[in-house]
Amino acid sequence: MASGIRDKVAIVGMGCSRFGERWDCGADDLMLEAFNEAAADAGVGVPQIEAAWLGVCLEENNVGKTAGPLAQALRLPRIAATRVENACATGTEALRGAAYAVAAGAYDIVLALGVEKLKDTGYGGLPVRTRGVANDLWLPNATAPGAFAQLASAYAAKNGVSMPDLKRAMAHVSVKSHANGAINPKAHLRNRITEADVLKAPPVADPLGLYDCCGVSDGAACAILTTPEIARSLKPDAGVITIKALEVSVSNGDEAGFNRWDGAHIATAREAGKRAYASAAITDPRRQIGMAEVHDCFSITELVLMEDLGFSASGRALYDVLDGVFDRGSALPVQPDGGLKCFGHPIGASGLRMVYEIYLQLRGRAGERQLSGIDLGLTQNLGGHPHQNVCAVSIVGLLGA
Amino acid sequence: MNSPKPGYGILASARYVPRLRLSRGEILAQHRWMAPALRTLAKGCRSVASWDEDSVTMAVEAGRLLQRAVPDASIKDLTLASTTLPFAERLNAGIVAAALGLAPTVAVRDVASSARAALGELAAALKYPDGQAGGRLLLAAERRIPRPASSQEMIYGDGAAGVVVGTGSPIATIVAARGAHADLVDHFRETGREHEYGWEERWVRDAGYLGIAADTIRQCLADSGADARDITHFSMPAPLPRVNEAVAKRVGIAPDAVVSTEHETTGDFGCAQPLAMLDAALRGAAPGALLLVATFGSGCDVLLLRRTEQPCSGSIPGAGKVESSYMKYLSFTGQVDLEWGMRSEMDNKTALTAAWRDHARAARFEGGRCDRCGSVQFPRARLCVNPDCRAQDSQTAVSLSDKPARVLSHTSDFLAYTPNPPFQFGHVDFEEGGRVLMEFTDTDHDELRVGLPLRMVYRVKDFDRKRGFRRYFWKATPVREG
Repeated sequence: MASGIRDKVAIVGMGCSRFGERWDCGADDLMLEAFNEAAADAGVGVPQIEAAWLGVCLEENNVGKTAGPLAQALRLPRIAATRVENACATGTEALRGAAYAVAAGAYDIVLALGVEKLKDTGYGGLPVRTRGVANDLWLPNATAPGAFAQLASAYAAKNGVSMPDLKRAMAHVSVKSHANGAINPKAHLRNRITEADVLKAPPVADPLGLYDCCGVSDGAACAILTTPEIARSLKPDAGVITIKALEVSVSNGDEAGFNRWDGAHIATAREAGKRAYASAAITDPRRQIGMAEVHDCFSITELVLMEDLGFSASGRALYDVLDGVFDRGSALPVQPDGGLKCFGHPIGASGLRMVYEIYLQLRGRAGERQLSGIDLGLTQNLGGHPHQNVCAVSIVGLLGA
Repeated sequence: MNSPKPGYGILASARYVPRLRLSRGEILAQHRWMAPALRTLAKGCRSVASWDEDSVTMAVEAGRLLQRAVPDASIKDLTLASTTLPFAERLNAGIVAAALGLAPTVAVRDVASSARAALGELAAALKYPDGQAGGRLLLAAERRIPRPASSQEMIYGDGAAGVVVGTGSPIATIVAARGAHADLVDHFRETGREHEYGWEERWVRDAGYLGIAADTIRQCLADSGADARDITHFSMPAPLPRVNEAVAKRVGIAPDAVVSTEHETTGDFGCAQPLAMLDAALRGAAPGALLLVATFGSGCDVLLLRRTEQPCSGSIPGAGKVESSYMKYLSFTGQVDLEWGMRSEMDNKTALTAAWRDHARAARFEGGRCDRCGSVQFPRARLCVNPDCRAQDSQTAVSLSDKPARVLSHTSDFLAYTPNPPFQFGHVDFEEGGRVLMEFTDTDHDELRVGLPLRMVYRVKDFDRKRGFRRYFWKATPVREG
């Protein structure tokens, strides 16, 4: 009988490059920047790493196929390496592959690294691309903001709220993330903004304006995983940080093609969240989770996720957001590092970047952003569009929490 | 001449006009500096196809109107007439037939090359009944692109029209028909060229219209024994201003019998224009009325019809929406190459193997209805989408193209590339089941809202400019009155 992953895998070191428009860096530079930090943190060198997982999403825009680019960038000594891809949830997928290998007892020390070099396209936003030869015959070639903007129209209609009220709550989400990003030295966007800035920004995909959209960034993040026992021996003076839950849920066409989904929430987030809470023995997420890093690709995404993850009651996220329930200084800060919105969104790295912030907070190394009393944090990483996606939820905390 | 069999004739007629109507004042405003004489033509609006409409899609819309008008007419052949067919090789009528859901056994063909393309076909179909059951569908559509600042840019419009001919309860029957071919080249357009080249209008009027056309009309009247003064509806396109009135006068048809060319609201639809004007005439004619339709172009075709007591079914085109941007028209017609940004560079190559494998999906908007749980779903799949069912190979084909639907969610996306920004799309729920993420078309910026009633139209989805291909799919458009 499977017993899950809770406390079977420890994170012994993490690293994250500075995110942003890294014009002067290639993917190999970004990978090395993240890895050097993690290796120094863990006290582990390349020779001790037995296997590696590379997460990169739009490989045609940067590194190309296979895990070879990671092996070359770090000069890994011909160890096993696997490339994974699950759209914008790729980073968590790399972590998941590595974590399960340790949990299975196949390896003692492994590396999960995510990278994306996006700023070589010549234009803003994510690259346009085919949806596959059969889908291209009928499926609209939607942009990400266009796909996520759908949530706003359906959410407002479902809950009977006016679009100006919803826009104001969405603006609060972005203002909060900019305030957090401003005190994060690795963040892509470090400017503070006001609600008025958000509301008067140029439209991108109605009702989303420029400040409702996250940054498109270059960056890399990584984690070195091992067993709790080895983690304790490597870092006897630090607490052991373990994975409590690592769940993935994938849409099967139900939301997109069956007349039941309301268009106003992320069905996979509910599913993955429910399983993660069961795995981590969490019964009251709003009280038990100390912080969360969710997939705030767009302001409306973060807002609806507050309900999907059980932080807000159905239909209440708008009011909770406006009440500051998820602001810094509250009992449940969301995106204390600035999130995708301001830390940035180098796709393959983002899931690991979320875990990185929890890791820093648990270690007490978050600097100006340091929260108090954090022993459990949640990440939620979303790949695809609201109606058809991959959703990963992880819960990370101190051993024993 | 052949006597038509009892009950053989035109069973239905229809015309389709694109929603956009370009203000001629705007056309004039752009050209006044070099072509002030255009002022005499600059009244009202002309219809323009949207970026995603062509002769195939407009013919499909006319065909759908006719299918609704005579749902019982079992169509046995389809003729598509146009001088602006999108494909020189690939049966254009076959694209239309598939979108209309016509059986593979239906005979389909394209006819082209002159303003007479459609009327000549109609005359032949009426003159020579084949004695077989089943309706004959004739569709004509035109999307010509005259040179900027030409008279034709003012006079022409984009649109389609069609008829169903067969045995049943006709709205009109043939009295006589006459044709004459003549290689009098009033204008020409080489294959592959966008713009036409024409000769002096006074000569075309005198030698062509008042000569060849008037003679052919007289011969048709003589064949029938009818007198020109008996004609109550004279439908003749006027690609030269008021040339139809001049012909009427020359042959003795009363001025008040001249059917409007709809110059001020739509413009001239080329080979579809005689059918469009006939449609208007049929709807206005009393039982027993004599209708004359004539078209000049590389000769002349003339058709004399008698209106029956059978009412005309179906609706007439709505007023459309006035478009005031001439630059948008130039861009829609590919006459100006605007800076669309790198997002427009995406390669829209179509995998023709996949296109054939999923042909019914795109052509007919074909989904499936699960025989076990009744769920309608798109695309049709091996396993039912209903998570409580999951039946395998349980689905019967069902087309969503005529099913009413509503907006579940929507956006107007200014980031995505589209020839007509913003890119509007959203989840669409069909009232009998089925949900599809779809593009909206012919939609105003502020028009979309959750719950808005929608209907489906067949449009160009993407152009592959690199290879000269285009793919079609269905889009959702708001249900509007009129």
